Amino acid sequence: MTATAIPQQAPDLREPKGWRSTKNRTMTILMVVSFVLVIIPLGFVLFTVIAKGASIISWQFLTGSPIPPNVLPAGIGGMWPAVLGTLLITGLATLMAVPLGVLGAIYLNEYGGKNWLAALIGFMSDVMTGVPSIVMGLFIFSIWVLHFGYSGLAGAFALGCLMLPVVIRSSYEILRLVPDSLREGSYALGATKARVTMTVVLPAALGGIVSGALLAIARAAGETAPLLFTILTVTEANPDVFNGANTSLPSQIFSNASQPYTGAQDRGWGAALTLIAICFILMIVARFVTARFTRYSR
Amino acid sequence: MSTAVKADPAGPAGSANPLTARRPLGDRVFQILALASGLLVLVILVLIAVSTSQQASSWFSTEGLKIFTNDWDPAAGHFGALAFIYGTAITAVIAVIMAVPVSVGIALLLNEVVPYRWSRPIVYVIDLLAVVPSVVWGLWGILVFAPWIQHIYASIASGVNDIPVLGFFFGTPTSGASFFTCGIILAFMITPIVTSLSREVMATVPQIDKEGAYALGATRWEMITGAVWPHSQGGVVGAVLLGLGRAMGETIAAALVIGSSATITSRLFAPGYDMPAVIANQFGEASGVFRAALMGLGVLLFVFTIIINVLARGIVERSARRKRGG
Amino acid sequence: MEDPEQQVATTAMPKPAALQDTQRKEAFATSTGTSIFDAKGISIYYGSFRAVTNVSLTIYENEITAFIGPSGCGKTTVLRTLNRMNDLIPGARVEGEVDYRGANLYGSGVSPIAVRRRIGMVFQKPNPFPKSIYDNVAYGPRINGLHNKGKLDEIVERSLRQAALWDEVKNRLNKSGLGLSGGQAQRLCIARTLAVEPDVVLMDEPASALDPIATGKIEDLMHEIKSQYTIVIVTHNMQQATRVSDRTAFYSVLVNPESDTRTGTLVEYGPTQQIFEDPQDPRTQAYVTGRMG
Repeated sequence: MTATAIPQQAPDLREPKGWRSTKNRTMTILMVVSFVLVIIPLGFVLFTVIAKGASIISWQFLTGSPIPPNVLPAGIGGMWPAVLGTLLITGLATLMAVPLGVLGAIYLNEYGGKNWLAALIGFMSDVMTGVPSIVMGLFIFSIWVLHFGYSGLAGAFALGCLMLPVVIRSSYEILRLVPDSLREGSYALGATKARVTMTVVLPAALGGIVSGALLAIARAAGETAPLLFTILTVTEANPDVFNGANTSLPSQIFSNASQPYTGAQDRGWGAALTLIAICFILMIVARFVTARFTRYSR
Repeated sequence: MSTAVKADPAGPAGSANPLTARRPLGDRVFQILALASGLLVLVILVLIAVSTSQQASSWFSTEGLKIFTNDWDPAAGHFGALAFIYGTAITAVIAVIMAVPVSVGIALLLNEVVPYRWSRPIVYVIDLLAVVPSVVWGLWGILVFAPWIQHIYASIASGVNDIPVLGFFFGTPTSGASFFTCGIILAFMITPIVTSLSREVMATVPQIDKEGAYALGATRWEMITGAVWPHSQGGVVGAVLLGLGRAMGETIAAALVIGSSATITSRLFAPGYDMPAVIANQFGEASGVFRAALMGLGVLLFVFTIIINVLARGIVERSARRKRGG
Repeated sequence: MEDPEQQVATTAMPKPAALQDTQRKEAFATSTGTSIFDAKGISIYYGSFRAVTNVSLTIYENEITAFIGPSGCGKTTVLRTLNRMNDLIPGARVEGEVDYRGANLYGSGVSPIAVRRRIGMVFQKPNPFPKSIYDNVAYGPRINGLHNKGKLDEIVERSLRQAALWDEVKNRLNKSGLGLSGGQAQRLCIARTLAVEPDVVLMDEPASALDPIATGKIEDLMHEIKSQYTIVIVTHNMQQATRVSDRTAFYSVLVNPESDTRTGTLVEYGPTQQIFEDPQDPRTQAYVTGRMG
């Protein structure tokens, strides 16, 4: 019963048989290739949008009004109605969805505990993030637009429905990270749960909540489908978000994209660049907020 | 998604008899508000189901089971929607087939191969991919990508037209805006979510299992197939299902690049249509049963995606729970 | 009967005396005297933190060598250096030379994969893969290119017999490895390690998570396979060290008062009987008589 068949002289400790290392290396290369496969289209899209949009963007483009008919070339009128619409409608949707979403997350984390209702709400909230945005548009159309007509408000409702589960999930994750010791310190002084939540937990979670909300806003700002049947797509600026049809950057891009006229297409690229810039800025601010303001809840 | 309930003392200090005082009004109102906000999710989901079904009822009653036939002719009052269901399914499948290997590859790259410091820029790129709005994908898709890929389709099609299986899928007719183009664009769009969910799942593989594989003299890939994959396969399946659901529901990019032709054909390079796209494109001018039909397609979409999402989330949660439980 | 003097003098020595005698009779019985590992004044760093300093020892073929010492003394770190598992920790590095059968383990051109194929490891917490028992044991041979069903069957049976697990699982080789009890799972991991026919088996506190009966089975197993393999075991159970090992290395902690860091180092190394009955270093004596650690 001697030792196993390894030669007594200096053992061969080099790379294992060719095919094993080759397979390992090939797989690693494939993984890198997958990443490259993703960078290429992303790069293309960004490059095209920037290249084609940059020549259109100007102060006139962003603030001019109204949106000209499709046949007209770029340089006449501007996209202000769409910019205004995006700001107003997304802003209104944020005002509705974020507080409600945070409250919902507070229910799940602070009050719900392990009971079946909280589990159901949490689960269905995640499921709701998968509901197609067009269904949200049809929903608001059915219960609101048919009775009260098109308006920025209707669009805000639809966007709000999209944002709500996203805000709930991201806020919940942040609230969960707030250490119990913070809460207990406040309870020990005789505070009620509401007070503890408002004065201790929320401030500690604020950075993460804001960051999550910003990302939800970025997603909502880019949505088109929910707005199709709720705000229509008009060419005049409508600052009254509660009455009358409106428009938005994504709506305009959508309607311009299928136009054969170069003027319309150019305006589409300009609007696309504006929209991407807005989403991009929101994303960067969100990352910044996460980096600077979430240290206490980690 | 639940934790232990937090302690809740009886009342504020300084009240007459703190131990028996009722909870102050503000506290109770707050709790009710929080509960109501949570319930809002359930309420909205129910309302969606009810209101859209109601609006679609005339379609269901007029057509009955004929809604599943391939006979869409609004002018003649026929609303058989099989072509759209087919289109939704085909484009989603194409998207998933293309996106899943890429997403899993990136997830493995990030979790197992790349040192932490280098993973941040890669994650950044994926986030960037996720933030591009679907309408911009559609704009680029129809104005830049479709015309370019049309040439490639044409050459492939002319080459394989007479070959039995390949010609079946990739023969003529071809069009830049087609099932396949839509599938590609959808693949780009679902990659971020499949990647991030796969990463989450793979991160729960216990380090000790990986060390066990390495200790047997495994290469990194052998460790991945031996230790990481068996633990993560359930979760990755869930992630794939979520991607499928997302691809099915994606509207605007599809509406722009799918070709808007309500036909059922095996030729993937041919123009087609799918449920969200036809709703987006034609709802504006529709009325009566036509509108009800489009609304009904929305109901079908809702039902399909809810089912897929429930399945997917269930699978992901179950594999996560199994890991945590030991 | 209960003489307190007697109690104190024998605290460091294990009962039952019967097993002890058996072990003593077998000490060095299979030793061939060939040097398997030769560590020459090695120090191990994690980044800039020196975890272990100045360790020199020689591990001999077909012996069971135990690493003992208080927690934090570096015994596991040194063990993991022997099969290059520390490579998995970013920033870990070894200074000094470790030879394996004359070849520098950390030399250029040495593949950690080839190293680990020859130097296997059993972990503290049993870690069977979420596969069937058969596939767990067959994993090693399969990645080395063996796919012949007949040969794999042979190897699986042989390894499970060597690990004293065959009779308990032979009728359920297709069941998941996760369904085994702690002791069985650890023996499965040992079978898995033996299936690739390594030269050396490293064991990192293999029985610390197990009950005494399972522990006994593992220790018997070690005696059984000693003639075919070289075994190095880390244990914090001194009785176990005396029961199983031929040689013992005692590690301890050096505390640096200025930087308040703790670094492990080898204090004494020698035949087990000598370490426990006649330790040369006062620190060793303090540890084995239970006054420290």
